[in-house]
Amino acid sequence: MSLVKTFDEEVLIEEQGFDDHFHEHHHEDKYKSSFIFKYIFSLDHKIIARQFLFTGIFWALIGAAMSVIFRLQLGFPDESVAWLKPFLGRWIMINEETGMGTLDPQFYYALVTMHGTIIVFFVLTAGLSGTFSNLLIPLQIGARDMASPLLNMLSYWFFFLAGVVMFFSLFLSTGPFSGGWVAYPPLSALPQASSGSGAGMTLWLVSLTFFVVSVLLGGINYITTVLNLRTKGMSLWKMPLTIWSFFITAIIGLLSFPVLVSGFFLLMSDRSLGTSFYLSDIFINGQALDYVGGSPILYQHLFWFLGHPEVYIIILPAMGIVSEVLSVHARKPIFGYKAMVYSIASIAFLSFIVWAHHMFMSGVNPFISNFFVVFTLIIAVPSAVKVFNWITTLWGGSIRLNSPMLFAIGFVSLFISGGLTGIFLGNSALDIQLHDTYFVVAHFHIVMGVAAFFGMFAGIYHWFPKMFGRFMNETLGRIHFWITLIGAYMIFWPMHYLGMAGVPRRYYRFDSFDAFGQFTTMNEFITIAAIIVFFAQVLFVVNFIWSINHGKEQTTKNPWLATTLEWTTPIKAGHGNWEGNIPTVHRWAYDYGKDGEDYIPQYIPLTEKEKAEIDNH
Amino acid sequence: MIGLLIVGILVLITIIAIQIGKVTDLTSEIRGEEVVAQRITENQSRWLLVFCAVFLIYCVASAIYYKNSMLGYGPHEAASAHGVRIDGLFNTTLLFTGIVFIATHIALFWFAFKYRRKEGVKSKFFAHNTTLEYVWTGVPAVVMVLLVVNGLVVWNDVMPDIDPSEEVIEFEATGYQFAWDIRYPGPDGKLGTKNFRLIDGANNPLGQDWSDIKNVDDFHATEIYLPVNKKVRVQITAKDVLHNFYLPHFRLKMDAVPGIPTYFVFTPTKTTEEYREELSKYPEWQVPYDESDPNGPQRWELFDYELACAELCGKGHYSMKRIVKIVSEEEYNDWLAQQTSYYVQNVRNTDNDPFKGQLLDYEVAARSAELESEFESAIIMDDPSEASIRLTNVFFNTGSAELKADSKYELDKVAEILKDYSDVSIEISGHTDNTGNTDSNLILSDERAKTVTNYLINKGIVASRLKSVGFGEARPADTNDTAEGRQNNRRIEMRIISQNI
Repeated sequence: MSLVKTFDEEVLIEEQGFDDHFHEHHHEDKYKSSFIFKYIFSLDHKIIARQFLFTGIFWALIGAAMSVIFRLQLGFPDESVAWLKPFLGRWIMINEETGMGTLDPQFYYALVTMHGTIIVFFVLTAGLSGTFSNLLIPLQIGARDMASPLLNMLSYWFFFLAGVVMFFSLFLSTGPFSGGWVAYPPLSALPQASSGSGAGMTLWLVSLTFFVVSVLLGGINYITTVLNLRTKGMSLWKMPLTIWSFFITAIIGLLSFPVLVSGFFLLMSDRSLGTSFYLSDIFINGQALDYVGGSPILYQHLFWFLGHPEVYIIILPAMGIVSEVLSVHARKPIFGYKAMVYSIASIAFLSFIVWAHHMFMSGVNPFISNFFVVFTLIIAVPSAVKVFNWITTLWGGSIRLNSPMLFAIGFVSLFISGGLTGIFLGNSALDIQLHDTYFVVAHFHIVMGVAAFFGMFAGIYHWFPKMFGRFMNETLGRIHFWITLIGAYMIFWPMHYLGMAGVPRRYYRFDSFDAFGQFTTMNEFITIAAIIVFFAQVLFVVNFIWSINHGKEQTTKNPWLATTLEWTTPIKAGHGNWEGNIPTVHRWAYDYGKDGEDYIPQYIPLTEKEKAEIDNH
Repeated sequence: MIGLLIVGILVLITIIAIQIGKVTDLTSEIRGEEVVAQRITENQSRWLLVFCAVFLIYCVASAIYYKNSMLGYGPHEAASAHGVRIDGLFNTTLLFTGIVFIATHIALFWFAFKYRRKEGVKSKFFAHNTTLEYVWTGVPAVVMVLLVVNGLVVWNDVMPDIDPSEEVIEFEATGYQFAWDIRYPGPDGKLGTKNFRLIDGANNPLGQDWSDIKNVDDFHATEIYLPVNKKVRVQITAKDVLHNFYLPHFRLKMDAVPGIPTYFVFTPTKTTEEYREELSKYPEWQVPYDESDPNGPQRWELFDYELACAELCGKGHYSMKRIVKIVSEEEYNDWLAQQTSYYVQNVRNTDNDPFKGQLLDYEVAARSAELESEFESAIIMDDPSEASIRLTNVFFNTGSAELKADSKYELDKVAEILKDYSDVSIEISGHTDNTGNTDSNLILSDERAKTVTNYLINKGIVASRLKSVGFGEARPADTNDTAEGRQNNRRIEMRIISQNI
């Protein structure tokens, strides 16, 4: 008789659980007043999580479609794109004689810029961390909701507002901002330098400022919730790795995003108040400007002080999700739980003192780069520890290879491939050659782009039942996985070679240089792969939307036989998550395969034998 | 049309997806979820293994296939001294990361296959192992230390600026939307100062400060020429937005920042010709450069080093190209000799010239050389007295016989020549135009000629070798009807009158 079955879960939770007098205060869901407050201006973290996810998917489709358009330009620069005229209007230039349509270089750069901004901030920050932090923090620590549901709601609506402003900027006659997602001045400061640096840049700055407000409101809430609202027995060392990663991600965000905003404020005042924080000695459009004494490099310091932690803000939640998914579906404890926590924490700490490795070639004193090289390459150690721990988690497991698990394994592969190239780029001497080439594009797309998406997909397939009470279709999930994994490697692996051949990133076409124009076939190949992968994501979205109402129904509370608390709520949980008492926690989240048991959920009390073991330690 | 096609594809994907969804849900219902899940796990574990094998082969095979087009391999050995070390470091890093890449991928996919769920097999409860964890924290740490130390040694050798005493060839690259301006310091070896407020598109593209004498000989070039095996320091600046001075073949890259000059020091080690020769050994370079012209030059013959921009600078970012030529020292010197200073060509004696009306050292030197050669060609004539040498830079205050300070350079040169040719006697003659009184003109010209001879006597030339004469307006060299002509008529001439051999 298995331990799980000896207990009746509901009885156990009622008996052992923590009574917070929820019912006396709330009598059902007191917020359940109308459609608008239940589904739109909702205070329920589960609804807000879904709002983040839907918005994230919307932006992911836009960002991905943009990449397909600029990949067409790079793969087939001499093919007519006149057929895009109905969508892009005057950004497609038609040659009157031949009818040949070409993409305006200005808009090419706008697409590249928007692709980066949208994917980094709206999809992989809000869509990934926003979705899963909201969904899982209260559910996995045993809380009824976030510490402040109101701030949580505002967090989403500020994100929404940021999206509205950014979306609007796509339709400006001067085009959206086109100076790269890093928005380095003077290019981003001077409308004379690029038409996208006019109104497009103003809206970009406004949008991202709203976005940072959203991140801060969310982050402070996640931190408070994790620190204060854990259920009885849920000590920090009993938290699942998902919670650890969301918690630390929120701390990083809270400490680094304000610096970005201060950088933005200085840029705004250079743009509109005539200050010279970033500008000096500029002659443009036949005119010497009045700015003197500013330094464009100052902006880069402020930007990358966020910008580098930002990549961990993106990847840490994915790591947490993958750790959880690997463990559940391998039916094994995550290997080296404490080492995993310490490595998340040390990666987070180090992420604050490596920012200038983006700036080795930007004119900073070469001496100072020594420190940044050392700190940067130290990050490889906790990252390696994580990889070895994930692989060892698989060792000796009893692995279910379903869609979430496949994506989690794919994540580990991508994280290895993309992480290793970081060792090249972090070494300043190699960065002399590789900086701003396609090698960099390959590196960060694999390690924080595709890998983070894989973490997100693993999470979506895994927790879809928690969100919608149904499963996503497995077969479509596997098709999605294989096309995406193979396709992603077909897109980004060859880019290493482009980079090693010296081809710079952000080129509208390569044939202006003999040295860069020799990879026509490779660029066609990459573009075709990108188109196929794009359609695979459409397949995912169809599966996602269709499954919400038509997917296989969830019949048991705990379909994956997982140990964590989110699977103890009713299938369609209302606001407040648990109808009765909140479960109390007795053990960590990874008792899989212990003492011959398949799994022992966290709410199950320790056996006499286990108590004795703990006493002995 | 293509737009419609895409909409069609999207609709098709949706329909197919929904159908697959329905069918698979149905089959798993019919066959039993557990059975289906088990079968899927079996299949997928095999596919993961196949993927791992194919992926690793794809990685290695594609790397070999593209090897010779990547910098650092095949014909693309670095063309600079430091570049070779960067390539070496790259390969060391590639070795370590390559081993880790292959080993971890094999482990990842092999475990996923080996430990797939099987009926009746339970998972091991293996949550941690201190020894193992120490080992795989320690080993990466040691490897990282190795790579960091290696990397920093190279970095700190490559990046420092030159010692001020070091001899180095310097030039300047200025990025702007969307091209590079190249400036060389000229014979003085020093770049003149610049100020962005002085930039004037037509007359002063770099904002050179013409009152800085160092600017006088600076020349602008359309191609970067450098001698092989000489240390070069490039000073990098920008006019408008950020750019990046990028020479891929030399493993060189540095941002150009408005307001903050940056630099890079490097030594080219391969001439363009040598690089071409290396390329000519590879079949992919032995094809016509232009496919439509099979008999035209081959790819390797037209190879050139290229300068590119590697920092997004606006819509023309992809087109900022300049050709770089690495040549032998002789070729470099020949090229230098053909260059003309921007100042001399465009600014000298215009209203923008702060030295307008003054003689500059280079002009004195040029005039001295000219005078010397005129004298030398006169002296070898059958009758040297037939040649009149005009002293073009001898000037007097208007209506007076007082020498202007500028004139002394030329007269000093005449004294020098006379000392070299100690057996030559000369006649110094003064001339005027026809303005004013003929008699007073005659007197003025005579006095002026005397002033010149006296100057020469003061410089140590024996008076007996000098004869002075004034011709007034009697011997015009040009018309007196124009101002220019009259200017030409007001002059001092020198004539060899005897030579004792």
